[in-house]
Amino acid sequence: MSESEQIGAVPARTPPFWRTRGSSPAGVVFLALAGVILIGWVLVAARGGQFLSLENLVGVQQRSAALGIVAIGQTLAILAGSLDLSVAYLISLSSLVAAETMAGRDGNIVIAVAAVAGISAAVGLVNGLVITKLRVHPFIATFGVALIIKGVLDHLYDGPAGKVPESFQHLGYDRLGPLPVSAILWAAVAVAAWFLLRRTTLGHRIYAVGGDQEVARLSGVRTDRVLIVTHVLCSLCAGIAGLLLASRLGAGAPTVGTDGGYDLESIAAVVLGGTALAGGRGGVGGTVGGVLLLATLDSVFNQMEVNSFFKDVVRGVVIVTAVAIYARRKHGRRA
Amino acid sequence: MTGIGKSFLGVRVLSDVGLTVAAGEVHALMGENGAGKSTLMKILAGVHAPDEGTIEIDGRPVSFGHPIQAQRAGVAIIYQEFNLLPERSVAENVFLGREPARAGLVDRTAMETATERLLAELGEESFGPRDLVRRLSIAQQQVVEIVKALSLDARIVVMDEPTAALAEHEVELLYRLVRRLQERGIAVLYISHRLREVFDLADRVTVLKDGKHVTTVPVSEVSTDELVRLMVGRDLSAYYPPRATSVGEVRLRVTGGGNDKLHDIDLELRAGEIVGIAGLQGSGRSELAKALFGAEPFTRGEMTPRRPRSVREGVAAGIGLVTEDRKAEGLALRQSVRDNALLVARALGRQGRQGPQGLRELLERVRLTPPREDQEVRYLSGGNQQKVVLAKWMTVAPAVLLFDEPTRGVDVGAKAAIHDLMRRLAADGMAIMMISSELPELIGMSDRIVVLRDGRVVGTLPPAPTEEAVMRLAAGEVTS
Ligand SMILES: Nc1ncnc2c1ncn2[C@@H]1O[C@H](COP(=O)(O)OP(=O)(O)OP(=O)(O)O)[C@@H](O)[C@H]1O
Ligand SMILES: [Mg+2]
Repeated sequence: MSESEQIGAVPARTPPFWRTRGSSPAGVVFLALAGVILIGWVLVAARGGQFLSLENLVGVQQRSAALGIVAIGQTLAILAGSLDLSVAYLISLSSLVAAETMAGRDGNIVIAVAAVAGISAAVGLVNGLVITKLRVHPFIATFGVALIIKGVLDHLYDGPAGKVPESFQHLGYDRLGPLPVSAILWAAVAVAAWFLLRRTTLGHRIYAVGGDQEVARLSGVRTDRVLIVTHVLCSLCAGIAGLLLASRLGAGAPTVGTDGGYDLESIAAVVLGGTALAGGRGGVGGTVGGVLLLATLDSVFNQMEVNSFFKDVVRGVVIVTAVAIYARRKHGRRA
Repeated sequence: MTGIGKSFLGVRVLSDVGLTVAAGEVHALMGENGAGKSTLMKILAGVHAPDEGTIEIDGRPVSFGHPIQAQRAGVAIIYQEFNLLPERSVAENVFLGREPARAGLVDRTAMETATERLLAELGEESFGPRDLVRRLSIAQQQVVEIVKALSLDARIVVMDEPTAALAEHEVELLYRLVRRLQERGIAVLYISHRLREVFDLADRVTVLKDGKHVTTVPVSEVSTDELVRLMVGRDLSAYYPPRATSVGEVRLRVTGGGNDKLHDIDLELRAGEIVGIAGLQGSGRSELAKALFGAEPFTRGEMTPRRPRSVREGVAAGIGLVTEDRKAEGLALRQSVRDNALLVARALGRQGRQGPQGLRELLERVRLTPPREDQEVRYLSGGNQQKVVLAKWMTVAPAVLLFDEPTRGVDVGAKAAIHDLMRRLAADGMAIMMISSELPELIGMSDRIVVLRDGRVVGTLPPAPTEEAVMRLAAGEVTS
C-alpha cells in the first residue's frame, strides 16, 4: 500500500441508524406523553373514573388546539433562533378584530378573517423588522411590541366586545365524526409547518439561520428576509388561534390571550418537544407532543381535582426535567 | 481589486491594496497574522463592504452588498474559520442558500446526488451526503467546505488556509484539485502560511504587511528567504531553537493508562524536555492529550500526579492543554483578549501575579499583533487567537503543558516565536508535550518522539529522526 493512501486515513464512521436523524429528539416527549397517559389512567381508574373516555380525549384536544396552533408558530420562530413574546396579546387583538368585524353577521366572516390575517401579518412584519433592521434582541423586540398591543387594547376595551355569528362558532365546537374541527385545524397547521420545514427552501434556511446566522449569511442566505418571513408566519398562527378562541367565546376579549398564558406556555411546549431554544435544531413533531403532554397533564389534574399550586409545581418540574434530558443527550457525558 | 481600504471601528486594517488575478492562475497571498489577508478576501466575497477602492471582474466593475451577490458573480470562498452548520447534513450544508428546488420545494435527491458526485470527485469515501456535519472530524469538515465551494462552479475560488486542518494525503488531494481548477481556467487565490505549498502551487505571490501591499512577484523569481523577509520585515533563522541539554525530574508519569480510545499508555514527561507525539489521524494523539488533561479522562492505569477525573482536577494538578480546536474549546470568542488571557487564572481563583503590567508583558511575549487587550477575540485573525490561548496558560505557569497543533494557522514569524517560547518554557522547568502533523516541526522541536498507532504507543524515537522513520512507525509498515 502506498504511503499517501495510508497516512491519515480516517476510518469510516457510520452512525447507528437511530442517531442518523439528529433533528428529532421528539421521541422522548411522546414517550413521556405515553407515561403520563398511563399514570393518569391508573390514578383515575383507582378512583373509579374512566380516563380514556372519548369525552376526555376530545376535551384534551379542545384545550390543545389553540395552544397547539400558537406553539407551531412559536416553533418556527425558535428554530430560526428567534422567539415571540407578543403572541398572547396578538391573540386577544385578533379575537377582538374578528368579533367586531363580524358583528354577528355571516356575510362579514370572510372580511373578518382577512382583517385578522392582515393585522397579524403586520405585527409579525414589525417584529421581524425591529429584530433584523434595528438589531434589537428578539426577546426585547417582541416584548416591546407586546406592550404596545397591550396599551392599545387597554385603551380601547375593558371587556368582551363584538359578536361572532352562529355559523362561525362551528369552528370552535363542531366535530367531524369523533374529531373536533379545531383539532383538524391544528393538525392542518402542523402538517403545513412540517412540510414547510422539511421540504421547502425556506424551511432549510430557517434551520440555517437558527443554527448560525453568520454561517447562513456567508453561505449566501438572506438572513433578514428569512427572519422576517418567519415572524410573519408565527404571528399568522397567533391570528388563527385568536379566530378559534373568538369562535369559542362568541365574542372577542382583551384578556383571552394573556389569561391562557399563550406566550410562555407556547415556548414551554416548544422546548418540551426538544427544539433547542438557541435555534437550529428540533421540529414540529416534538412541539405537537409537548402541547399534548401539557394538555394531558392538565386533564389528569382536573380529574384528580388537584389544587392549582401543585399543578404549576409539577408542570415546572416536567419542563425543567425535559430540557435537562435533551441537554444530556446532546452533550453526552461532560463535566 | 484596486485601491482597497478598510477600517473596523476606526482601526485601519487595509489601505490602498491592489491585486490582480488572471484566469487559470494560482495566486498566493501571504503575510503575517493580522496582515489583512482574510479581510481582503472577505471584501471580494461580499462579506465586508470596502471603505474605498473598486473591484472588477472580467473588466466590469462590481460591488457586493451581500455574499450571495458575490456568489452570483462567480466568486467562491473557503473561509479560514469553519463555516458549517453542525446540526445539518453534509448535502444540506453544501447547498445551503442554493438548494436545488422546483417552485420552492427542495429536491433532496438532486442535492444528495450532486454532493455524492463532488465527494467522489475528491476521492472522499469516509462519509456521505446524509451524514451530520457534527459527526465529522475536522479534516472531513474541511472537505465539506471544499465541496461547498466547488458546487458553486465559480470562476474565482478563494482558499483561506485550506490545508491548516488537513492530513498529508489530503493535502495531496487538494494540490491535485487546485491544479484541476487551474486547468479549467479558474483563478485561484490561495492563502497559506506554509511556504512549501506556495512554492509548489502558485504562479505569483502577493505579500501583505500591516494592511499594505508589499509586492507581487512570480514565485519563480523569489527565494524562501526573500519571501520571509518581505513578510516579516527581517531575516529569520530557518533553524529550530537548540534542544534541551539536560532534563530534570519527572513531572508526569502514566503507566498502563487507558480508556475507550487509548490502551496501555506508558509515558513520562520530564522537566525541561519537549516530547513530540506523532501518529496518523485517528491514532489517538488528541485523545492522549485530553486524557492527561482530564477532559476525556483515563479510566485505567496509574498516573502521577493523581489521574485527573475532570478538567478542573487536571488544571489544579498543574496540567495545561492548548487545544487543537481553539475556536470551540480554547476561547470565549465574545470576550476580550484580557478576559480570555485571565480565564484559567480566574477559574483557579488566582488573579495573582498578573497585574495590568504583567498582562501586557505576557501579550508581548507571545507577540500578539497588535497587542490590544480590549478587542473581542472573535475579531482577531486566526493566528492571533492561538497566541491568546498560549497567554491564557502562561498566566498560571503549569508544570506540564500539552500542545495540540500549536502553530496551526500561525505565520512564519510568530511560529518561530512560539517555538522559541516553548523552548524557554521548557528551560524554565516546564514539561512539554507537543502534537503536530507537520513533521519538520515535530522533528525540529522534539527531544524525543513518541509514536502512536490505534491508541497505543508503538515506539519512541531519539532526537532528529528522519521523516521516513516517523512515518513508517506511525503507519505500521514493515521496514523494507
Ligand atoms: N470584524 C472585525 N472587526 C474588527 N476587527 C477585525 C474584524 N475582522 C478582522 N479584524 C482585524 O483586522 C486585522 C486583519 O485581520 P485578518 O483576519 O484579515 O488577518 P489575516 O491576514 O487573515 O491573519 P491570519 O494569518 O492570522 O489569518 C486584524 O487586526 C483583525 O483583528
Ligand atoms: Mg486569515
